[in-house]
Amino acid sequence: MVDVLTIEHLHVEVEGKEVLKDINLEVKSNEIHAIMGPNGAGKTSLALAIMGHPRYKITKGDVKINGESILGLPTDKRAQKGLFISLQYPIGLQGITLFTLIKASLTALKYAPKSPNEKPNIPLAQIRKELEINLKKVGLDETFINRYVNEGFSGGEKKKSEIVQMAMIKPKFAVLDETDSGLDIDGIKIVSNAILNISRREIGLILITHYNRILQFIKPDYVHVLLDGRIVETGGPELADLLEQKGYDWFKKEV
Amino acid sequence: MTKVELSFDYSKYNFRDYVEYEVKFPKGLTEEIVREISRIKDEPTWMEEFRVKAYRIFMEKPMPAWGVDLSSINFDEFCYYARPTSKKGRSWEEVPEYIKRTFEALGIPEAERKFLAGVGAQYESEVVYHNIRKELEKLGVVFLDTDTALKEYPEIFKKYFGTVVPPNDNKFAALNSAVWSGGSFIYVPEGVKVDLPLQAYFRINAQNMGQFERTLIIAEPYSEVHYIEGCTAPIYASNSLHSAVVEIIAKKGAKVRYTTIQNWSIDVYNLVTKRAHAYEEATVEWVDANIGSKATMKYPSVYLLGKYARGEVLSVAFAGRGQHQDTGAKMFHLAPYTSSRITAKSVSKDGGRTTYRGLVHVAKGARGVKSSVRCDALLLDEKSKTDTYPYNEILEDDATVTHEATVGKISDDQLFYLMSRGISETEALNMIVLGFFEPFIKELPMEYAVEMNRLLRLEMTGAVG
Repeated sequence: MVDVLTIEHLHVEVEGKEVLKDINLEVKSNEIHAIMGPNGAGKTSLALAIMGHPRYKITKGDVKINGESILGLPTDKRAQKGLFISLQYPIGLQGITLFTLIKASLTALKYAPKSPNEKPNIPLAQIRKELEINLKKVGLDETFINRYVNEGFSGGEKKKSEIVQMAMIKPKFAVLDETDSGLDIDGIKIVSNAILNISRREIGLILITHYNRILQFIKPDYVHVLLDGRIVETGGPELADLLEQKGYDWFKKEV
Repeated sequence: MTKVELSFDYSKYNFRDYVEYEVKFPKGLTEEIVREISRIKDEPTWMEEFRVKAYRIFMEKPMPAWGVDLSSINFDEFCYYARPTSKKGRSWEEVPEYIKRTFEALGIPEAERKFLAGVGAQYESEVVYHNIRKELEKLGVVFLDTDTALKEYPEIFKKYFGTVVPPNDNKFAALNSAVWSGGSFIYVPEGVKVDLPLQAYFRINAQNMGQFERTLIIAEPYSEVHYIEGCTAPIYASNSLHSAVVEIIAKKGAKVRYTTIQNWSIDVYNLVTKRAHAYEEATVEWVDANIGSKATMKYPSVYLLGKYARGEVLSVAFAGRGQHQDTGAKMFHLAPYTSSRITAKSVSKDGGRTTYRGLVHVAKGARGVKSSVRCDALLLDEKSKTDTYPYNEILEDDATVTHEATVGKISDDQLFYLMSRGISETEALNMIVLGFFEPFIKELPMEYAVEMNRLLRLEMTGAVG
């Protein structure tokens, strides 16, 4: 079954300032979308607003999964509806290992007991094994299982760990916020291959990026250009190439 | 966002027994009561005189004007000695049924079978059960309740008792010295390594009870021992007082670790003096968790008396509504090349208050000293409070003394990150608090780590708001 994420006339405010204006987007769970824009265009705001970060206030519009609004739901319930975000700056979690995080996440998403008296039945050995496999896919060794999430990780390791989490959770839609930043060209290649291997056109991908480097490895179906909080242009992969040649300033003039 | 209220599940510990005491003194403290305690214990004269002297010091010393608020302590309202039974069991069968039930509910005999080298259990003033594995006994390891040790090992006892914490050290050390009863006595001969922990469990059952156990640990050269104590009490409307003294002597190259999981109910004043003497190349580690009590004042100390001696304190505190945990550590570097490390972590919520109070002293002539102090406090809401009072007295120029302190709140970003993985807000808060305490929890034997995790598990009681 193909799931659909719809963003309708979305307006978002941060501390009283409107950062997104009338965003419209439809993403199917077998599609790859790229959202490109310069710094401060509102890319991260879009990612965090969809996921329900408390700092981002939605003033107008709606976000729906399969026609059902998710705006009334707290962040964890949105995740349970199939939404995932890979953060641009994943925060350190002191004392919480990757294994603990994944265990808690899958307990909530997949193995939640039916009644409060029931104990959740979690296949820990299987989870550990899958974690090892997915870590290998992104080029991280298995010691990361027992490391505190993002504590002492390099920029690239943080991004890789986010993709491992996506692989374990297997969401319907994943917003990947500048997954390519902090990675060198080899890293981008490894992570891109891992993303494709994990998603297999069964996870709707929204790639948020400044540059088209990652798009050379993950060919998007659609490219959207975000400028000053608005989507000003939508096209195919060729749009990314055009942006690369002309730059965002050229687009601004065109708009 | 959802507003949640967090609280401890104390139900496991909050039960009481209705006991016929063999002996229970009337409330209040007089010299006559002090002498009477000594008499019914059939002690040597020197101990009776020690107690009486200490009692006079206690009466003279003013209440400390710093630390927690002690103004509502009324020394006349406490019972200073209560004996449930005169028998001390060496097997659980010998322990009276109702006391056995208490300790069984707390999981003690099961723990002993599984992973302890020895166990002591104290109920009010007296130790009711004491046992140590036979193979350790054969190696000369002594693990007894302190009263029995006074009778069976009078010479060692007299040589060390009161030498690390003298009665005039502070008002509550004086009080303990006057009315002490029970506690553990541990003697580890030269070169003997006790590889499993020895544990004592302290239980206050009666209302307005005072518990004043006295623990003395002597580790001969190159020996090793790990001692763990846990404490609980039922909740009453009025106060109880727990005032212990712990003395440790770690001789050359010896290694002693002392772990406390203090979970008194929230009507107990917990005013404890803990101190160790560490000789050349010896290591003393205090691992100290203060979760319960109404008010705690406790600053485990190490006197580093010989070259290359090492002291470590890992202290964690949790203060909820109506609680004040005033805890910390003291390190006295009195010899060259000694080193110390203090790590303090605290969490406050619902108006609870934590205080870190610490001292690092480097004496003149103690060259090459290294010391590091790190304090992290986490505040779960606006009503709660934390303060830090780090004192340094550095009298030698080449000492390396570092201090780091942080005060944090749980950030929206941390919660958001965990919740974006499908984890509920309550569970996310739980994970952050447990993660904050992780450096402490990982120092505990596995079974205690599980219990500690359970203890720290927070429950959602609020509603969506």
